[in-house]
Amino acid sequence: MLSATEAAPEVLARANPYQPHMAKIVRIQRLVENHELFTIRFLEDEMVRTFRHLPGQFVMLSIPGVGEAPISISSSSTRPEVLELCVRKTGRVTNALFRLRPNELVGVRGPYGNGFPVREIAGHDLLIAAGGLGMAPLRSLLWYALDNREKFGELILMYGSRTPADMLFGEELVSLVDRADLKCLLTVDSDPTGVWNNRIGVLPKLFDYVKLEPARTYAAVCGPPVVYRYVLERLLDLGFSKDRILMSLERRMKCGVGKCGHCSVGYKYTCMQGPIFNYWDAINLPEMI
Amino acid sequence: MKILKLPKDKLDYFASVVQSFGEVHAPVEQDGKFAFKRLARWSEARLDYDRTILPPKKYFLPPRETLFQFKPGAGYIPFAGDMEKKIVLFGVHACDVYALNILDMVFGGKYPDPYYLERRKNIAIIGVECVPDAQCFCRSMRADFVDHGFDLFFHDIGGYYLTMVGTALGDDMVLATRPLFEDVGAGDIDEYKRRSGEKRKKFQIEVEIRDLPEIFEMEYASAIWNELGEKCLSCGSCSAVCPTCYCFDVADDVQLGTRAGGRTRTWDSCLFATHALVAGGENFRKSRSSRVKFRFYHKQRGFVAEYGRPSCVGCGRCISACPVKIDVIKVLDTLREMQHVVSH
Ligand SMILES: Cc1cc2nc3c(=O)[nH]c(=O)nc-3n(C[C@H](O)[C@H](O)[C@H](O)COP(=O)(O)OP(=O)(O)OC[C@H]3O[C@@H](n4cnc5c(N)ncnc54)[C@H](O)[C@@H]3O)c2cc1C
Ligand code: SF4
Ligand code: SF4
Ligand code: FES
Repeated sequence: MLSATEAAPEVLARANPYQPHMAKIVRIQRLVENHELFTIRFLEDEMVRTFRHLPGQFVMLSIPGVGEAPISISSSSTRPEVLELCVRKTGRVTNALFRLRPNELVGVRGPYGNGFPVREIAGHDLLIAAGGLGMAPLRSLLWYALDNREKFGELILMYGSRTPADMLFGEELVSLVDRADLKCLLTVDSDPTGVWNNRIGVLPKLFDYVKLEPARTYAAVCGPPVVYRYVLERLLDLGFSKDRILMSLERRMKCGVGKCGHCSVGYKYTCMQGPIFNYWDAINLPEMI
Repeated sequence: MKILKLPKDKLDYFASVVQSFGEVHAPVEQDGKFAFKRLARWSEARLDYDRTILPPKKYFLPPRETLFQFKPGAGYIPFAGDMEKKIVLFGVHACDVYALNILDMVFGGKYPDPYYLERRKNIAIIGVECVPDAQCFCRSMRADFVDHGFDLFFHDIGGYYLTMVGTALGDDMVLATRPLFEDVGAGDIDEYKRRSGEKRKKFQIEVEIRDLPEIFEMEYASAIWNELGEKCLSCGSCSAVCPTCYCFDVADDVQLGTRAGGRTRTWDSCLFATHALVAGGENFRKSRSSRVKFRFYHKQRGFVAEYGRPSCVGCGRCISACPVKIDVIKVLDTLREMQHVVSH
């Protein structure tokens, strides 16, 4: 079987955008029900050295024999060597991934997508507002901003989940609450544990605790539909321009590189011109949200 | 461009020489229809065909193609298949060459697709001029003439084929058969122009594409999409036969009883119900009307925003392929009429 491929033209080996690079799972952490954080490291040193991404970009993750799925990179390029992927168990590929153990191999290609416009955001205040599982795609932006702290003005995180146990990266985020260079506002709808010593109440209530300057602030928002509804309403009330509100969109993706057509929305390919869109684009492209 | 002429009675001889440049494929007749096929003998070729059922895209983006093979421990190994095979596609019409030029933009770009592009390199194209029939509207779509994307292109000027030489490979074909080709004179060019003018008069359909973006923008909520959605069967035939539809699906297949297998891609269609389905069961184009609308928008409007022209080349294939007679020309005409009603 391999003989046929030994003759493969050099171009398939050299410049093949569909080529998954094998990476080893080095760590698996359970985050919340059906969500695990997979830390992976490329086998090829060249990939470890050269793979760099922007917050908000994603990879195509392969499980040989099962298939491929787009997954946001949850870690920041400011901490290279490994990639962290926060994955929700939902279908064929993700179920197969959850059956793998440390030291087993997955395929990875990327990074793809536009990512957050960090150059444009630089010099401005940044509000990161996440609800529930929406923290996954925003975590890389948070760490990118913390690791490049001098490039940004005020940095504010607002994150809400149903209970403390539902909080993605809960421990990590709680440890940021005391940082002087970040306003870290965490809230839960209710606290059955009784030991939660951050805020209790719905996410939009957190707007009462900060003074935002819409004219010099970008907002990155992610979460379930109710979060979008209420957070967007507050931001617009405060006077945020629609192109200063950024969001990450999910579409079906089969290639990640602008070829397969699956991710198209209106006139754009989510994998190329997205997955990060501003709110103005979002409401102006047909079928966008 | 280098332009020569080939006496028509030398075509057979030319074709026999061209075999040395690759396996010759050309339109052949099958049950009254035509398909591009490997020729058993040159006499099978039907250069007077109207249109082939499937466009030449099947050679460059095969309906099903293995991209990688995998084995435990070895990862994904690129699979070349027959992509290095030299083929000469003889008898491609201008609209189909134009369609390949459009696919070149899609499969090139920021992430060039080596599977498509290698085939494009290894498959030579000899174009031939055609006669428009009742379903052709390539002239409206500005795809009735091509100035690149082929190696040679033959235009009928009576006793000769006026031959445009598009590439160095095309030139090699000419040189290999040098004594066959003759220089063109002013009379030949005049004859070409006269026939070209005659041909333009033969188009029975004219679609005005100038303000398609504006019309589509205004008719997004039009009732026509619901009517079309009611009729459409989501069979995907229109995408399969379209020379510029390129959507594909990718899947891993494992050989029974092993952990080895292949990753393949297959033609897909935005008319299929699962095209925009994502995890959690959310589907961004659940209704058939939204999918029909999407196909029209992407071809006639979205592509304009992305690449500066509609991706439809007016080959007319989707009109005969659709089992419920959804007709792109009628749809465009209806939208335009609606627009007039609004603008008066
Ligand atoms: C840019 C981007 C970033 C993303 N980032 C993340 C991330 O960081 N973490 C994460 O966990 N997820 C992320 N996702 C979502 C993730 O890609 C999907 O959950 C993943 O593709 C699921 O793959 P799967 O093979 O496990 O599921 P699939 O087997 O594809 O099925 C998923 C679900 O889709 C439905 N479905 C799919 N195909 C069919 C079909 N043919 N018929 C009927 N129903 C079907 C079913 O409801 C099924 O439960 C991201 C998606 C995008 C586009
Ligand atoms: S949309 Fe129809 S007429 Fe236009 S190129 Fe495709 S098949 Fe041909
Ligand atoms: S060929 Fe006709 S019925 Fe089939 S998917 Fe296309 S428009 Fe619908
Ligand atoms: S995922 Fe294939 S085009 Fe975007």
